[in-house]
Amino acid sequence: MFWLVRGSDLFLFLHLLGLFCFAYIVARRLAPLLRAQRDFRFDRPLARLGRLLQFWLAQWRHPRYRFAGALHILIFAGFLLLASRAFAVLAMGISDRFAGHPGGLYDAVRDYASTVVFLCMGIAIVRRLAFAPARYGRRSADAIFLLALIGILMAADGIFEGSHAAFHARQGTTAELFPPLSLPWAFELAFSSAPLAALVNLHLGAYLTHEVTFFFLLCYRPFGIQFHVETSLFSIYFAKLDRGTVKPVRWGVADEQLDAVPSFGVKKIEDFTWKHLLDFYSCADCGRCADQCPANAVGRPLSPRALTIKTRDYLFRHYPVFSPSSDGVPLAGGLYSEDEIWSCTTCGACEAECPLLVEYIDKIVDLRRGLVDDGKAPKPLHKPLKSLESRGNPFGKMEKKRADWAQGAVKILNGGGGADTLYFVDSITSYDDRIQSIGRATARILDSLGEEFGILGAKERDSGHDVRRFGEEMLFQALRGHNTEAIRSSGARRIVTADPHAYNALKHDYRDMPPVEHVSEVVARAVRTSKIRLNAVENGVYSYHDPCYLGRHNGIYDDPRDVLDSIPGLRRVEMKRCRDRSFCCGGGGLALFYEAKEEQRMGVRRVRMAADAGSSVIVTACPFCMVNIEDAIKVAGLEGQMTAIDLAELVDRQMVKAS
Amino acid sequence: MARIFAYIVHKSGVADDTAAELPVAARKIDPAQHCTAIVTGWGGDLDQVCESLRSSYSEIWRIAQEPLAYPNAELVRKALLNVLPAGSIVLVPHAHFGVDLSPGLSIKMDAAYLPDVVDIESVEGDWLRAVRQEFGGQVSVHMRCNISSGAVLNIRPGAFRPSESSAAAGQVLDKSADVGALTARRRYLETVAAEMGDVDIAKEPVLISIGRGIGEQENIAIAEDLAEAMGAAVSCSRPVVDAKWMDKSRQVGSSGQTVRPKVYLACGISGSFQHLAGIKGNPFIVAINKNPKAPIFRVAEVGIVDDILEFLPALAACVREESCVPGKERQRS
Amino acid sequence: MEILVCIKRVPDTSENEIQIDGSGTDIARDDLVYSVNEPDNYAVEEALQIVARTGGNVTVVTVGGEEDEEILRREMAMGATRGVMISDDSFQGSDGRGIAAILKAFVQTGHYDLILTGVQADDGSAQVGGMLAALLDYPFASLVTSIEVLEGRKLKIGREIEGGSREINAIDLPCVLSIQTGINEPRYVGMRGIRQVASVPIPTLGAADLGVEPELVGAIAAKVKRTGYFVPPAGKGAEILAGSREEVVNKLMDLLKAKGGLN
Repeated sequence: MFWLVRGSDLFLFLHLLGLFCFAYIVARRLAPLLRAQRDFRFDRPLARLGRLLQFWLAQWRHPRYRFAGALHILIFAGFLLLASRAFAVLAMGISDRFAGHPGGLYDAVRDYASTVVFLCMGIAIVRRLAFAPARYGRRSADAIFLLALIGILMAADGIFEGSHAAFHARQGTTAELFPPLSLPWAFELAFSSAPLAALVNLHLGAYLTHEVTFFFLLCYRPFGIQFHVETSLFSIYFAKLDRGTVKPVRWGVADEQLDAVPSFGVKKIEDFTWKHLLDFYSCADCGRCADQCPANAVGRPLSPRALTIKTRDYLFRHYPVFSPSSDGVPLAGGLYSEDEIWSCTTCGACEAECPLLVEYIDKIVDLRRGLVDDGKAPKPLHKPLKSLESRGNPFGKMEKKRADWAQGAVKILNGGGGADTLYFVDSITSYDDRIQSIGRATARILDSLGEEFGILGAKERDSGHDVRRFGEEMLFQALRGHNTEAIRSSGARRIVTADPHAYNALKHDYRDMPPVEHVSEVVARAVRTSKIRLNAVENGVYSYHDPCYLGRHNGIYDDPRDVLDSIPGLRRVEMKRCRDRSFCCGGGGLALFYEAKEEQRMGVRRVRMAADAGSSVIVTACPFCMVNIEDAIKVAGLEGQMTAIDLAELVDRQMVKAS
Repeated sequence: MARIFAYIVHKSGVADDTAAELPVAARKIDPAQHCTAIVTGWGGDLDQVCESLRSSYSEIWRIAQEPLAYPNAELVRKALLNVLPAGSIVLVPHAHFGVDLSPGLSIKMDAAYLPDVVDIESVEGDWLRAVRQEFGGQVSVHMRCNISSGAVLNIRPGAFRPSESSAAAGQVLDKSADVGALTARRRYLETVAAEMGDVDIAKEPVLISIGRGIGEQENIAIAEDLAEAMGAAVSCSRPVVDAKWMDKSRQVGSSGQTVRPKVYLACGISGSFQHLAGIKGNPFIVAINKNPKAPIFRVAEVGIVDDILEFLPALAACVREESCVPGKERQRS
Repeated sequence: MEILVCIKRVPDTSENEIQIDGSGTDIARDDLVYSVNEPDNYAVEEALQIVARTGGNVTVVTVGGEEDEEILRREMAMGATRGVMISDDSFQGSDGRGIAAILKAFVQTGHYDLILTGVQADDGSAQVGGMLAALLDYPFASLVTSIEVLEGRKLKIGREIEGGSREINAIDLPCVLSIQTGINEPRYVGMRGIRQVASVPIPTLGAADLGVEPELVGAIAAKVKRTGYFVPPAGKGAEILAGSREEVVNKLMDLLKAKGGLN
């Protein structure tokens, strides 16, 4: 078409201008990443590619919210299908050679794809305006603007094609046949009686509109949440592979060299790693993380999404594309309140939910490291931290009394070949009057399974799991060093624990440890191999509460359920929020001491969920869950209607004891 | 035996309760002596105090100087040094003023210093035997103190119960002129009164008082619930205020409010003397504490060894039901 | 401003149950956890906050032995510029006055504008600060809960008095103040901070270095001595209500009704 060729120089210029702008903007956006901390994310490419296929291509997380998920999958599929079309349209402006042949399967698919995307934009806009779920917050104007632009892009393409076909139809020359009910088909129909001159103008206008919209979107996306269109590929590829761990203080700095590091943790924006900054760019503001976050649900000042969005805005201000950099406020105590940073229980619900695999726990831990480095640990934690340092437990109890719970009935391992299995008890089970019964139950279970086992006794220290997650890295390392030595000299070849926090620490935070199992895994195996028989229960409706560090962080969901299901007569119901959507009880370790500002306790919310499910017994598999839930039952006024029992205690109670 | 003086603390023309206690301690040091009261101040307030002391002291030394209108320990010390005979024994109440005055006074007098004395045992030659406490009152200590060149003894308020006064028609001797010009490198400016909160615990007849044993700020609701059931008010000890869980106006103690209730429930309070110093009027004290060895059990009339977080709700439930039959089924936690 | 803070290592009373040892001459110390005396820690934090505003240095000093070094390091990790250990066999058995004399000798080896102590330590004597001031002839104030630096080598300080009120004074420098808990919120000292000062040298000064007068120190000079620890006999004490919780509640209800505790 001759008028296309005449404009080709203009369009070429526009294309190059658009690309240049985009490149410049992306370069500016990359600038802070180049000044950020290192992050080792280039290893295990196959595993990373696998995740890319799972989470990016297959949109694995999206269906967790059905309607929005379906919409997004359609839109995403549409984008992928239309990708080459978009480039083809741009190329058409430069040279006739790209006009392409009409018809064919790709074109039909393409036409339907753009129609579907167009319709989805409409649905999405209406949804945002009239049926917006709470998690969307109040940022609608920008989102609607962008949705509308995409709709315009689809429509412009449709008009471009439709006007072209109508023109040819009027002239009698062959034109492509559009699949029925597709956008270009609809436009062709609409233009069937339009004057030729108008069609030419529509065609040209649509093309310009398409081009301008395309490049506008391209260059506008890096200024807001739509940047995820580009960055999602990278945020998912580079996402963290090792669950349950916490990042080192500095990647590439060994523990022995940490004393030389001038500053710990995140105090200014460049203290984040480049992947974390990329995360801030990649957030699509969908609000799913905040929707699942227990801290947010109970009114603590923490919302993961809000943290990300405001940090992204901070990055935009601190490293702007156009204007000179404006001085930012400090991070902790400025952009974030200290309470906000201490409110997180590290439950991982946010990370389990995010479709872009944005990470939160490492960022919170790094921010806490920064605060602790500056002497700003919250006052209620000073005492337990001091006790952990001087006594190896947060309660201030004497080291020599650590094994008193066992009442002399459990062997203390001294490395003299006492036993192959070490039962790592950890602090709360050792010292808390109520929780000691979990320890005794576990010991009896191991005994009755014929396991030769022992405990470290007074040589055991707190695992330090939550000391680390509350930012006191060096105290954690001291505890870990002590325990590692004690475990090595015990001669144990296998570790069992009933404490998911200890389990997670030994499995992921400690190095070169013998294999670790949680007692629920041990019992489940015994059930499967018929090594244990359990008596029936008479009444009660049981719900299993997934502890965060057993379930979400370590993927152990079925073993505890299998154990419960093997008890004859036990009626089990699932709470609505279960498995990887389990609702945190309130946190363990140091979280027990932190006084959060909240409207309600997490535990209270959780027991109400159990009550709603119709249960009368909550079974849990974590001593901290037990503390929080038993407390919550009282606070919620459900005493007499609901009880809590630990899985080990239940098994111990129902176990058919060997004579 | 050296001459014994009792330093009188007073406010707004009224002598502190300790004024009646010091002579009892003095009597234990030297039964053969009536100790002399020594009072500093200015104006009508001072005169009023001296007048009131005449029924319990046979001799009262009055030091009236305008700079002494407000008891500035630096100035008082200078005044006393000019007036006290060498080698005297001076008894001072161990409280805000006493800890300010006495250590320096003992140095300047070149005398021994024994703070916070709870009992006088005997005098053997140059050595006075007395009892103190350490580690927050957890243990008591026998002390001996060389009084050959005099002594300053800070006496714990309330440790010596005042007996019926035996002296009468005491003489007031004016020693103001002996003092000389008084200046110091510390000057009193003003007193900032504590903000009164919503509840004036000093006026409440029944107090539910909580201490460190309450554990967490949220648990205070348990005490408030009991208070509501009983028509009482909630007060507290120092650690609760330090943790910023309750307002200072609720603190009972030597650095807080002085209360005169009829009934005082000490819940999870160890019973440090600073706290007990704020309880006057000999109320019915009930102590509830997990630790059977807590010092509070020595001063309470009735003691309950239990976890307050369990006991107080049980008590509140009973109060509300108004009739509790023993053995009646109650929801156990 | 050059600030000196005198600190003491004491058994942590909130973490320990204090009991008397077999001989009755001391408390049982085997299982005790020690730390810096809490009011002293507040004093160091206050000193650090003052020099953050005015410039200067904070020195921490303690009279003791090798095992007391850890608290100097902890306060240095908190931010004190230097720590000094004063140790000598002849100091053993000193009474409060003896300790004050030793500290006085140390103070006179340097130039300090302000000297802080905690209001009291494990023995509850609350004496060293006041004695030190008198020996140095410096003005003194105890139970300080606020410090404001004024022009012309003066401070405006608040003291805690009865009823929760505060007594405001102006005091000239150099002076000695004893600091009450609650004056500020001491910063957290993490393991990392302690490791960073682990190899900073802490000088130890003895009697000869300080030129301390021997007549005032040591057991011989002490005018005040402990002769034995004991737990006072229960005496009358409280009548402990026995029985199940329900029974105890009922008994208490009867007593409360009788004593007018129920409205």
